[in-house]
Amino acid sequence: MNTVSSPVPPAAAEPGHAPSYLQDGHGIKSWIMTLDHKRIGVLYLISILAAMFLGGLFAMLIRTELLTPAKTVMEAETYNRVFTLHGAIMIFLFIIPGIPAALGNFVLPLMLGARDVAFPRLNRLSWHLYVIGALFAVYSLIHGGADTGWTFYTPYSTTTTSAVVPITFGAFILGFSSILTGLNFIVTIHRFRPPGMGWFRMPLFLWALYATAIIQVLATPVLGITLLLLIVERVLGVGIFDPTLGGDPVLFQHFFWFYSHPAVYIMILPAMGVISELVSTFSRKHIFGYKAIAYSSVAIAFLSFLVWGHHMFVSGQSPMANMIFSALTFSVAIPSAVKVFNWVATMYKGSIKMDAPMTYTVAFILLFGIGGLTGLFLGALATDVHLHDTYFVVAHFHYTMMGGVLMAFMGGLHYWWPKIFGRMYNEKLANIASLMIVVGFNITFLSQFIMGSLGMPRRYYNYRPEFASYHQWSTAGAFLQAIGFILVAVYLIHSLRRGRLAPANPWGSATLEWRCASPPPTENFATQPTAGDPYDLKPLVFDPKLGGFTYRAESAEGVA
Amino acid sequence: MQQSHQQHGEHRSAHLAHQFDTLDQQYQSGKLGIWLFLVTEILLFAGLFCVYAVYRANHPDIFIYAHRFLNKNLGALNTAVLIFSSFTMAWAVRAAQLGKKRALVNLLAITLLCAFIFLGVKYVEYQNKWKEGLLWGTHYHPIEEAAPSGEAAPADSAEAHYTGPPNVQVFFGIYFLMTGLHALHIIAGMAIIGWVLVKARRGAFSPSYFYPVDYAGLYWHLVDLIWIFLFPLLYLIR
Repeated sequence: MNTVSSPVPPAAAEPGHAPSYLQDGHGIKSWIMTLDHKRIGVLYLISILAAMFLGGLFAMLIRTELLTPAKTVMEAETYNRVFTLHGAIMIFLFIIPGIPAALGNFVLPLMLGARDVAFPRLNRLSWHLYVIGALFAVYSLIHGGADTGWTFYTPYSTTTTSAVVPITFGAFILGFSSILTGLNFIVTIHRFRPPGMGWFRMPLFLWALYATAIIQVLATPVLGITLLLLIVERVLGVGIFDPTLGGDPVLFQHFFWFYSHPAVYIMILPAMGVISELVSTFSRKHIFGYKAIAYSSVAIAFLSFLVWGHHMFVSGQSPMANMIFSALTFSVAIPSAVKVFNWVATMYKGSIKMDAPMTYTVAFILLFGIGGLTGLFLGALATDVHLHDTYFVVAHFHYTMMGGVLMAFMGGLHYWWPKIFGRMYNEKLANIASLMIVVGFNITFLSQFIMGSLGMPRRYYNYRPEFASYHQWSTAGAFLQAIGFILVAVYLIHSLRRGRLAPANPWGSATLEWRCASPPPTENFATQPTAGDPYDLKPLVFDPKLGGFTYRAESAEGVA
Repeated sequence: MQQSHQQHGEHRSAHLAHQFDTLDQQYQSGKLGIWLFLVTEILLFAGLFCVYAVYRANHPDIFIYAHRFLNKNLGALNTAVLIFSSFTMAWAVRAAQLGKKRALVNLLAITLLCAFIFLGVKYVEYQNKWKEGLLWGTHYHPIEEAAPSGEAAPADSAEAHYTGPPNVQVFFGIYFLMTGLHALHIIAGMAIIGWVLVKARRGAFSPSYFYPVDYAGLYWHLVDLIWIFLFPLLYLIR
């Protein structure tokens, strides 16, 4: 397949050298039974985008219903099911697997200069489990869906007549899918780093995926047992969470949040990793404070396990426990702020290019800042009593989850799109769409901060007329975002056939995935690349002939 | 500086998967993978140990009363069987490393037999609980004759009719959850050992390729270890 390796320039990605992974095998079976991490990444990408569409549809139904204080389009019971499905689908099927399983799967081995992840079969099993879990969620949907909210709190979840068991079982299976991805990534990062890549030469996206994987492996089994307990409680009547049988419903909350609080860092950490890559590339500057960003990822992963009690300040915890959890919650702000300051310092005096990925990056820094700081309001005991279970909480976590994770996902999707599919998207349309999404997002959720602080409770079907104008603004913003996302779908799908062919390195990044062709051949690299500083962008120059970046002639070997 | 990335066809062992460069890299990756998997198993059980700790700390009387209904002798027998099976499993790994095929097959077969004995004893225990109505939550309906076994029954008649503190079903709920989940892991372990046994009979393992035996062994030791915690926590409390 290839000759004896010689010191060829690292950018030697002649097209046509080997068939790209997209061409290597045709038919449905060559996809769903593939062991190639890139194809599995694409399968995940399609799956999570489908989930995002479904979850988004439910979001629009919620916002439409809330347009008027009384009934608008659906009954109260339908509304309860719709917001439960919106939450459960977005959390378990989109945000948690979103960046690690779709983008991470594609990029991680490429960033390591490796041929694949350590366990390709487990990787495929992980996607198959994801699909099975998703089918259970759909099955629950056909049977009317659950109406418990995505948190499945007992005792309501053990007594309601809605379809709790299928969706819970689906989430249980999705947990295993997530564990397998995490396990695979940890082993791959430990064992597959190429020559020249010590721990502190790793791209920061890999640090973020590593920290994420640790949480996935350590926290998800606890969710597994929790959901299993909920299922046996409903099916067999074990009574662990049932007060009439001597059980304790608050224990469920402890168990649930012991997973689900770390889980929010499963969502945000990879997003932060994406931002670290984008902010350096599009500022044409070396990342500022590499080690601080790397360590802060690990610090966040560590602290994530110690703060679950802040979801239960009003559930009858002891004041002492409340104070400890509150103090620990504040401490999470430190590593988060370390990251934000380093990103801003990277941008400082950089030559910033506002391509779509960078638009989303800037949006991320701003919106995550708002989301993070409002988290401190909720972590403070006295204000939390006032704000608990209001729209303030809804707005806070949408600023972190959507303003944070989704913006980073969109940025990463646009950034790696040329690498994944070998085509460039329409930059102008991408910028217009990103603007619509960011503006729409702020209209939707800023109004929720205000009505939340005025006392509008979350999850309510009807509301007092004085909140009507806030809800109408919020709904209008949601529709603006929806149009933006439809526009994104249109130009991305269009680019698959009509887009300009992508060069190997369209953005001028120094991480290894840009040294193989776009799209990469099945075996990724003809010769194993040697890693240098992943953020040394100086030797990269724009070549108008290629339409992309290449290493300067005098340093043709790059950092090898 | 640059290493040849692909050595397909040249000096590649048949056991070496395409994504690895060397057998050692493959072995170390598998080992790290199985250890991480064991961590997830521990955390899965940790939830139940946590349930146990919370309820025992809040209601020690329930545990002290109800644990006497468990049969200590059968529990001890099962503990001995599992510890012995761990020994044969460890020996099997050694036999695989030394390339002793006959010993490997026999030791794996003994390990599998021990697992069957364990499940048989467990079946007898569950059956007794079922007959006595000592089940979980809503299914807890103890029959009159159900008497604590193992320890001598209280002598005076007043205590003999004592039906225990309220909510005794909590203990049996925890008992069945913990031993039930553990039994499922025993069954999974049997499937794995059975698969390794079939491969061992075909002569798939050699001193240069014994990894699956090693990984299966690590899993089996963990399953045994969990039982070693379950036995005193459920059967031997005061």
